[in-house]
Amino acid sequence: MSGPAEKSDCWRWEESRYTNPGISDWRGRTVTAGVDIGSTSTQAVIMIGGELYAYASMRTGANSPDSARSAMSWAMEGTGMAESDPAFTVGTGYGRVNVPFANKTITEISCHARGANFIYGPTVRTILDMGGQDCKAIHCDEKGAVTSFMMNDKCAAGTGRGMEVIANLLSVHVEDIGDLSFKIDEEPPMVSSICVIFAKTEATNLIRQGWTKEKVLAAYCHAMAYRVVKLLERNEVQEDFAITGGIAKNKGVVKRIEKLLGIEALATEHDTQLAGAIGAALIARDLLTRAKKKEEAQ
Amino acid sequence: MIAHYGYEDGSGEYYITINTEGCGACGGKGCVAACPAGIFELEADDWGRDAAIVKESARNMLRALCAGCKPQIGRDELLPCEAGCEKGVIVHSW
Amino acid sequence: MITAGIDSGSQNTKAVVLEDGRIIGKAKSPTEFSAAKAARMVYAAALSDAGVSADRVRAVWTTGTGRTMADFADSGINEVSAAARGAHAAAPGTGLVIDMGAESSRAVRLLEGGAIRNYEINDKCASGAGTFIESMARTLEIAIEEMGPCSLRHTKDVPMNAQCVVFAESEVISLIHRREKIEDIAYAIHVGIANRVSSLVRRVGVTDNIMLIGGSAYNAGLVVCLSNELGKPVSVPENAEYISALGAAARAAEKSARQETGAIA
Repeated sequence: MSGPAEKSDCWRWEESRYTNPGISDWRGRTVTAGVDIGSTSTQAVIMIGGELYAYASMRTGANSPDSARSAMSWAMEGTGMAESDPAFTVGTGYGRVNVPFANKTITEISCHARGANFIYGPTVRTILDMGGQDCKAIHCDEKGAVTSFMMNDKCAAGTGRGMEVIANLLSVHVEDIGDLSFKIDEEPPMVSSICVIFAKTEATNLIRQGWTKEKVLAAYCHAMAYRVVKLLERNEVQEDFAITGGIAKNKGVVKRIEKLLGIEALATEHDTQLAGAIGAALIARDLLTRAKKKEEAQ
Repeated sequence: MIAHYGYEDGSGEYYITINTEGCGACGGKGCVAACPAGIFELEADDWGRDAAIVKESARNMLRALCAGCKPQIGRDELLPCEAGCEKGVIVHSW
Repeated sequence: MITAGIDSGSQNTKAVVLEDGRIIGKAKSPTEFSAAKAARMVYAAALSDAGVSADRVRAVWTTGTGRTMADFADSGINEVSAAARGAHAAAPGTGLVIDMGAESSRAVRLLEGGAIRNYEINDKCASGAGTFIESMARTLEIAIEEMGPCSLRHTKDVPMNAQCVVFAESEVISLIHRREKIEDIAYAIHVGIANRVSSLVRRVGVTDNIMLIGGSAYNAGLVVCLSNELGKPVSVPENAEYISALGAAARAAEKSARQETGAIA
């Protein structure tokens, strides 16, 4: 999956899996799991005692229960774990998700906040999540509990899908957009249309006027950044600020958001697309603890 | 929690904001009963607390669904959902 | 008196030649990359359709997004005025005009004499414009002309959630994968867009005598869905796509007539 082999493949990003080499055996320890079925990608995360143990991230298939299963079994590959081994599994994701083996479903907003709290630490107060088909702005406290949220999944502008449409139009690999968008002499004015369909027409006209692909990408990344900053500013942006979701990997958008806000986003070693699934696995652990306490009290 | 339900598209921003602190105590006699388009409902959140939400099916159609109340009511008057809420926690962005 | 009106749209350019309130010639062509070139071409074609030479035309007025590009025109009016004037010329007594073009839609309420009472425009989001149906036709792999008739052969209601063109394309693909019938999907597409256009109409206020104009008016499925949504019959005039051009030509005639009487006085 390297390089844009054909035009329709330009959206592709790497599927991946990971096992924490620091944890040798999970048997006898508290294992919880989280599955986040996004519109575009599905992640399964396994946590042991609040530590990240294994994960898998892959493209969502046509059938969401199947996607959940295959992501989970990929995450468990080589660990000797079976779907029934986690003591508690939480499912989350886009729309009405269907994770057949989950013990409970929690909204993606709660999971994202909790996951960002784990990935970036307890100082995170504002999270911008830019997913494949939606864009969310979440505020949370030091425990990762949501204090406010807003979300836009009506319109493709400001989402990964919107970026894919432009990538396809220009025959550019989605992962290369960030770097390409800085290969310009001077930041061009942003694409003025908000609607992706109209932006596509606008981009076509710009190319026809002699703009380079790089310049058009810069103008589009700029427009996308401007748009999400407007969404963010409906609620005050409190520091620390973090960006999650697929577009967090696109430096072309991230750097421009930082510039517009005058705030730098926190950096992380973790894959930002995992925030929802990590949050789900952590909430699974909380729910398990709560259930145990209840049992003991009775 | 301050929940913003709605969307932004090329034509503008359409969000209904509900501050869920203290919301739900009316048991649905407020906004849920007041809205002629029936866009609100009470739902338990992830932690089991009741609060008003904008129905999922309505979230991406607010501009259309709220149109029935908006053109007829002057700016000084409260919308039915705002007037129905005793806590005054519902705000429209447009 | 002979006048002409040219409607330079985002997709097509339309022209009519008007003689004493009667359309005697018309022509249409894709706007493509040059609105100016398309306007010149379409004007020439409309003149030859009418069988009159350019020097007999008292005035040429333009309208539409590219209206300033036609440098040979005498004047121009905006799309809302053109739609209103054209609708009144085509059917006096029209209460409401819905103009659905490729990239925008407009709802204009008229007063009894044909003057504009109020209006609403959407030209910022493709989900409520003709482009929506066109994109969906491409996704369904059927001709755009087939969309309306196809939708009218539906046998059941298939729910469609996506509003955005980009998201609707993915949803249509998943509906095809679910083996829903093309006719039922086409119907769901029309119900969706009729719903969005109706919300535009409701903001100006629904009245009797509703007229649908613009390229999308030839889509019978859309007409049915719009009438269902609004709960009122929606009529489509003859030359529905040329109504705005007719409006421009009619205004040109009015203005020229006034100048004449002014000169005599």
